[in-house]
Amino acid sequence: MPRDGLQGLVEALHVSGRRCFGPQVRDGAIVYDLLPSAADLPSGLHDVQFPGRYTLERHSGPRQFAWANGPQALKPLLFTPRESLWSVARADDGRLQFREDLPEVQPFAVIGVRACDLAALALQDQHFLQGPYRDPYYARRREQLFLVAVGCSHPAATCFCASTGDGPRPQQGFDILLEELDAGFVAYGASGEGRRILETLNLAAASQQQRNQAREESEHAAAVQTRKLPSRNLRAALFANLDHERWDDVAQRCLSCGNCTSVCPTCFCHSEHDVAALGGQKADHVREWDSCFTRGHSHLHGFTVRPDTRTRYRQWLTHKLGSWHDQFGRSGCVGCGRCITWCPVGIDITEEAAALGGQSG
Amino acid sequence: MNAYLPLEAEVVERLQESPSIFTLRLRLTDTAAREAFRFAPGQFNMVYLYGVGEVPISIVSDPHGPDLLDHTIRALGRVTNGLSNLKAGDRVGVRGPFGRGWPLERVAGRDVVVVTGGLGCAPVVAVINYILMRRQSFGRLTIVQGVKHSQDLIWRERYTYWRGLPGVQVLIAADEGGPLWPYHVGLVTDVFDRIAFTTRTAAMLCGPEPMMLAAARLLTARGVPENDIWLSMERNMQCAVRHCGHCQFGADFVCHDGPVFSYPEVKPLLGRKGI
Repeated sequence: MPRDGLQGLVEALHVSGRRCFGPQVRDGAIVYDLLPSAADLPSGLHDVQFPGRYTLERHSGPRQFAWANGPQALKPLLFTPRESLWSVARADDGRLQFREDLPEVQPFAVIGVRACDLAALALQDQHFLQGPYRDPYYARRREQLFLVAVGCSHPAATCFCASTGDGPRPQQGFDILLEELDAGFVAYGASGEGRRILETLNLAAASQQQRNQAREESEHAAAVQTRKLPSRNLRAALFANLDHERWDDVAQRCLSCGNCTSVCPTCFCHSEHDVAALGGQKADHVREWDSCFTRGHSHLHGFTVRPDTRTRYRQWLTHKLGSWHDQFGRSGCVGCGRCITWCPVGIDITEEAAALGGQSG
Repeated sequence: MNAYLPLEAEVVERLQESPSIFTLRLRLTDTAAREAFRFAPGQFNMVYLYGVGEVPISIVSDPHGPDLLDHTIRALGRVTNGLSNLKAGDRVGVRGPFGRGWPLERVAGRDVVVVTGGLGCAPVVAVINYILMRRQSFGRLTIVQGVKHSQDLIWRERYTYWRGLPGVQVLIAADEGGPLWPYHVGLVTDVFDRIAFTTRTAAMLCGPEPMMLAAARLLTARGVPENDIWLSMERNMQCAVRHCGHCQFGADFVCHDGPVFSYPEVKPLLGRKGI
């Protein structure tokens, strides 16, 4: 697909009745929002990511996906940061009438989804859809989602998806996969609808040389990643190390701000609360993202189960890299590195895991 | 089916149990929902107070009468203090039942030791009531509780009543006794020596985690197999449907995998601070 074919893809998605979301630059970061046209993609930009640092830099090349990721991708589009679950009206005689506030969702497509985001999506699907209770709010959005994945050719210094086995090349869970070259994209239709959309673009077949180059770039993107998580299950080691002094050490640095849980594409914690109308005749029952770094998260009639940063960070890490294996059959980390970049003090999950996931000490 | 959506329920009766503890007897107002409602002792409902929020509350009434649902509540926070002001005829929201209850069918025919601590515990009241309603189906029932001061014992009349029933042993220990205190003065560990443990004894525990851990150790030391010891756990709950993440205890979601666990299931982390 030639580079200007992207606009054709956006239009084909619009014609198919879908709203189109994609990456674009806002406030100095790449964010996913409604994408009016392919011209709004972050052309000629690299992201530079280090612990506690995120900047965008210009480059002279033609590429529109020569960056790794931004603070968010799919999670807020499916598991929304704040939404009303139901509302209740109270009649004058005190009777209560409950009404579910299920969202009306139009079909929508997201362009530029990374391999780490797809791996995280699979985990969120498992959590909200495949457990004993299906979440109807998440399901409404998920059913309408069409995914255009883009392979990563320029991982950030904070990326470690190769070590978690989730990237940099998207393997499954998308409708269309694009692999970016200077001249354009190698495009693959994975689902029936993905192939149908691609057919409407009348693309020439990619040459073997182009396919090889895409594969080489993907392999290179894996090879240049310097950070890594141990590939083994850390559950036993982490739970054997609950009293390790490293928890005190990280607690000295951690601000307990919850940035990591906000940007983590697999974190699913949320709280619920009522918002009562001023007139007193109606209330909305709202759910909102919550974080295990807050005091309220473990509040229990009069005391707090996890009163300090040490136990909260420990909860986050032992869950993400430990008990997650019991709950989901794999770790909760997909190697996107967001928690490292967006941590105000640059705490690095790979360093903490290395310190805590080894022999007990 | 939206498990987040409450059903309307009516307060049929409000009973004051102690200065801070009360029971709301609730009935779902929708006939079909009421007739379809089934629960097991140890399961809980999310009870919603209009405009304020929801709290998880154990169902203490008998499962053979699921049209009336008794919820014993301590007025402690915003929701429970508001619930304590309700009266007959008022409306609340209810969704449930949630979680795994006590294994009462599994321990049928056996002696049961119920151990509670702190200031009393609604989940095991469901066990006691269940066994007393089916007296022939169970062996000896022993109720054990430790309190700091004799004045801390709530439902004292209820213990007195239970104590007078055939096949029921009530063992209460207060660190400090008081006038007319008919029970033991001293450590709760002392009273365990008065229980005739057999190979058929099963134990049901409810209370603060350090107390449950201590009790589980006392029981195993007296030959009760770990698999026959059951505990009701507590954590913050928002959704009750295994989604919100607040009630995690290690890998378990207390709202769904519990609140009742067997001792071996929670033993590795029980009593560890901050889990």
